[in-house]
Amino acid sequence: MIAGIMPQAEFVHWWFATGFLMLGLILLSEALVGREVWAMRPWRTYLWPGLCFVMGILMWPVMAFYTNSAIHMVAHGSWAEVLMLCGAAELGVARGKLHSQYWRLTSSLALVVSGTAFLVHEQNAWFFSRAAFLHHTLGWTALVFAAFPLALAFRPRSLVAASGFASFFIVLAVLLYCDRDVAPILGHFSQFAGVPHR
Amino acid sequence: MSADFAHRLRRHDGEALADARSRALRARIVTALGPATVLGGVIWAVVQPWRLTLLHPHGQGVWWLIAEPPLYVIVVGLVFRLVIAPSVAEDVERAP
Repeated sequence: MIAGIMPQAEFVHWWFATGFLMLGLILLSEALVGREVWAMRPWRTYLWPGLCFVMGILMWPVMAFYTNSAIHMVAHGSWAEVLMLCGAAELGVARGKLHSQYWRLTSSLALVVSGTAFLVHEQNAWFFSRAAFLHHTLGWTALVFAAFPLALAFRPRSLVAASGFASFFIVLAVLLYCDRDVAPILGHFSQFAGVPHR
Repeated sequence: MSADFAHRLRRHDGEALADARSRALRARIVTALGPATVLGGVIWAVVQPWRLTLLHPHGQGVWWLIAEPPLYVIVVGLVFRLVIAPSVAEDVERAP
């Protein structure tokens, strides 16, 4: 009954892609103008940490309703936790409650945990289906891009590090928009993956 | 006015001009991010029209009618352009 009225998993991926796209644009514009200009209006400093935190909260119902195995549930739970941790740490920095620039290491940690969760919970090979391919791609992308927030913690004014971190979310959004529940990838599709639709 | 002072003044003017140009460029890029995103969404909608179930809504369920990814991209671009970008561009220009 509930499964009948619930949106499909791919819809949820597209909604999160939309949030990540907005996150990417916000971070990219902050990178372009610099932290000082960005902080000239206090509401702006709360934008990306707030959005990140809210997306972490929204990941919990996804974990509860959309996971069909323990490892799948653990992966979604870990994404929810690191999104909230990263958002909360940045909110603390924005509010002035946290002072150390090394709190920004939470962003790097979030990407490492997220990437690992993507890779560990995907049990199928790259070309099993589009979802499997995207999980592998997302995992490695997150792990590689984790270098940017790591650099940002030590060099907060680095334009390359800030832009790299921002572009991760745009790449993440594009990959999530590509996701379909059951679909081929580059002409490959396992007979065990299910029946493609639309 | 000494030649040294005039030279320093000219160099200072040059730096100020370069700084103003850099600020104007950054403001323009931030302002362009939204329209570029909207353009991306429009191109996606044209390339993959079947992603827009609203174009052929007959027989579609409510979630398929809500799930319109190219429109989401367009909305993100519009929100960024109308809500966030104007204040950022304004602050880049008036920052000390």
